[in-house]
Amino acid sequence: MASTEDPPGRTTGAPLQGRSRLGDRLFAGWTGAIALGLIVLLAGLLVVLSAGGWRVFRAFGPGFFVGTDWNPVGGRESFGALPFIFGTLVTSAIAVVLAGPIAVGLALLLNEVRGWIRNPLASFVDLLAAIPSVVYGLWGLFVLKPLFDRTIEPALQATLGKVPVLGAVFRGNVNGPDLFTAGVILAVMILPIVTAVSREVVAVVPRDLREAALAVGATRYEAIRMAVLPYARSGIVGATMLGLGRALGETIAVSMVVGNVPKIGTSVFEAGATIPSWIASSFREATSVGLHRSALLALAVVLVMLAFVLAVASRLLVRRTERLLAGRTVERPATSVVAL
Amino acid sequence: MIAETSRPVFRVAGRRRVKDRAFTVFLWACAIMAMIPLAFITFYVVSRGYRALSVSFFTKVPAGPLDPQAGGIAQAFIGSGLIVGLAALFSIPLGISTAVYLAEYGRGRFAGAVRLVAEVLLSTPSIVAGAFIWAVVVIAMKRFSALAGALSLTVLMWPVIARATEEVLRLVPQELREAALALGVPRWKVIVRVVVPTAGAGIVTAVMLAVARGLGETAPILLTALGNDFINTNPLQPTDAVPLRVYAYARTPVEALHSFAWGGALMLLVTVLVLSIGARALSSRQQKRIA
Amino acid sequence: MRRVEAAGLSAWFGPNQVLHEVNVAAEPGTVTAIIGPSGCGKSTLIRCLNRMHEEVRGARVQGKVLFDGMDIYAADVDPVEIRRRIGMVFQRPNPFPTMSILDNAVAGLKLGGTVPRAELAERAERALRSAGLWEEVKDRLREPGGRLSGGQQQRLCIARALAVEPEVVLMDEPASALDPASTLRIEELVQELKERYTVVIVTHNMQQAARVSDWTLFMLYGELVEFGPTSKMFTKPDDQRTEDYVTGRFG
Repeated sequence: MASTEDPPGRTTGAPLQGRSRLGDRLFAGWTGAIALGLIVLLAGLLVVLSAGGWRVFRAFGPGFFVGTDWNPVGGRESFGALPFIFGTLVTSAIAVVLAGPIAVGLALLLNEVRGWIRNPLASFVDLLAAIPSVVYGLWGLFVLKPLFDRTIEPALQATLGKVPVLGAVFRGNVNGPDLFTAGVILAVMILPIVTAVSREVVAVVPRDLREAALAVGATRYEAIRMAVLPYARSGIVGATMLGLGRALGETIAVSMVVGNVPKIGTSVFEAGATIPSWIASSFREATSVGLHRSALLALAVVLVMLAFVLAVASRLLVRRTERLLAGRTVERPATSVVAL
Repeated sequence: MIAETSRPVFRVAGRRRVKDRAFTVFLWACAIMAMIPLAFITFYVVSRGYRALSVSFFTKVPAGPLDPQAGGIAQAFIGSGLIVGLAALFSIPLGISTAVYLAEYGRGRFAGAVRLVAEVLLSTPSIVAGAFIWAVVVIAMKRFSALAGALSLTVLMWPVIARATEEVLRLVPQELREAALALGVPRWKVIVRVVVPTAGAGIVTAVMLAVARGLGETAPILLTALGNDFINTNPLQPTDAVPLRVYAYARTPVEALHSFAWGGALMLLVTVLVLSIGARALSSRQQKRIA
Repeated sequence: MRRVEAAGLSAWFGPNQVLHEVNVAAEPGTVTAIIGPSGCGKSTLIRCLNRMHEEVRGARVQGKVLFDGMDIYAADVDPVEIRRRIGMVFQRPNPFPTMSILDNAVAGLKLGGTVPRAELAERAERALRSAGLWEEVKDRLREPGGRLSGGQQQRLCIARALAVEPEVVLMDEPASALDPASTLRIEELVQELKERYTVVIVTHNMQQAARVSDWTLFMLYGELVEFGPTSKMFTKPDDQRTEDYVTGRFG
């Protein structure tokens, strides 16, 4: 039997708008405001650093970038950042040259391999990303550097050092902190991220392209060269740039093995300094008088600009791979690898 | 294992075969070269760090110059807890709120801008975060402090939590939201009482990853919390942290303290690895649950 | 229970119009079935009846939906309250994974916050009985909702919808994801529900519509083709297209 009676307490009449709309608006507004806060944070960061560094830019102009003399002593102040830019570029270049091929090889291997070995191998590479940089630095200082000083560096000097022109890079006293050791440690540190992104890039290339190549009789090497690398190339370069960006910003591990000497040497076996390692080692002396603090902030600005340009370039290159493959998107690697 | 193209009748020409073999060797060599540093580091950190671990290592503060071995780095453990704890306190609500906005409301250019900003912050060198807070908070307060350290870590942890949490929230199936809405529940309650709890384990994972990062960072807290030889629980005073102590002891000429540096490194490594691996395990369990 | 009626209802997804001026009325104490081939707009229609359609980005509605004479699309009407009074069961069972069976059943009440906790257990039992699930779960109310079979989960979702004491129950292909035995159970349930609710059910299964409903609406390309008593629709429909569809000449 159909009944149309209402149970007691049931509301009748037009249900008006009200509390729930308000609740929704407040909640959306609140979360939106916090999201805006993130943008404000970045903007604040850029403004504060630029404003802080502005004094020194104004005082020295472009000389800041090309000057080689760094002297914070009051009265004879001179801030030329070139030694740090040089050190940053050299150590990062070493890191990328060493880590790049290995990361690509790993990425290709992880893409080809099936079975029990794949996940553990990938996880181990990711674990490298989890190691704190101070641990890398400690190991670099007490284990790697003495080892290099005794074995690898003399070996390199004896072999590559004899090559005309290029060999000059390997001259000099191998003992003591140097750019080379810093570069090698950086290579290990950036390996996980370059591998992770390269893996994602390579994974996006459809399997059928590779299999078509195999089906016409190509060896695995040829199939990869023909059907995978041409598409993945830009993305891999993008991955490398991401690694480069990471390398330039690395502070502590580098600071512990590079020597922190503001000079431009001719050999990778000489000590040097990078932008972040220098900021870390000299911030304590930056008093409020004079331009010293401003100079360090200016260095930070340079670092941010470099990292930003590289991140954008890397994004564009990865996009290029996506476009070549008609719209397939490269997955971003797990946050754990990117963040650490 | 790797599939072999088996060609029982024809053989690939010699040169091509050699190149293919060489390539395979190269690939495996890359794997070995990647594993060597990991093994190397783990071995040294464990073997040298293990010797430093003792009760006094965890409970005493640095002793005087006459007998450095008698002390410990208790203040660093407490300090790390304080600094990272405060940073988590700030960055967890900030990160989750940002993620909720991006996942539930965020379409259009504003949301795109927020995501871009998060990515930029994620790839910013950590020392830059330190320099920023140094310039703002340390200079303004005229002192180094645990609070400043926590703020510099928040700059780094906020985008990590936001990005990872957004991903997890997106994985919550749309039909759950619809089911809750169809019951006459307002949108905001659907998000807070259904979507976020369903994503629960994934959010815990995101927080674990962010905390793992925060615990391991040295550069930003070097510039903001500075370090301290004594136990400090006041957030407005300079505070020590384990990475800072490792950094300091690594560079000290006092050899006896080097083993403490290894000990601290071991504790860092273990903690960070446990958190990372735990996060990964939790994440795969969560994915199975939602599917 | 109340009468729900669509008057001149049109709906869009962005620029695509998917409903063209549909008129239909569902009377209290009856089951009204909406049938038609895939893509004819039946899901969209039913989702307009409880203002769920507008939750999709770019969705738009024009026309009226009268709930006991009152237009639910009027400017000052709260869609949240409408949805409490016009309940919905979806195609795929979707119990909340973090909640127990008990909590799932009263989820609408708990989230609404107005019912005292002491009363919740009783309301849960009532709802679960109405959905025909009580006997099967009464000893395991604390287990997670996801542990039930597909058919049981769907009945749990029905209990969940009933617990908030709606006046109309909308069902969007509630049995299409279930096995035949569970489907039969759901159809029996629909017959029981019509005694206390106004039921509107979308189904792609014509025989099901013939079995459970009193009135049937046949739609094609977003338009109402014919609306009438089920017995008539399936034996001597007015429109040729209706006859073609129910005899299986297309769709």
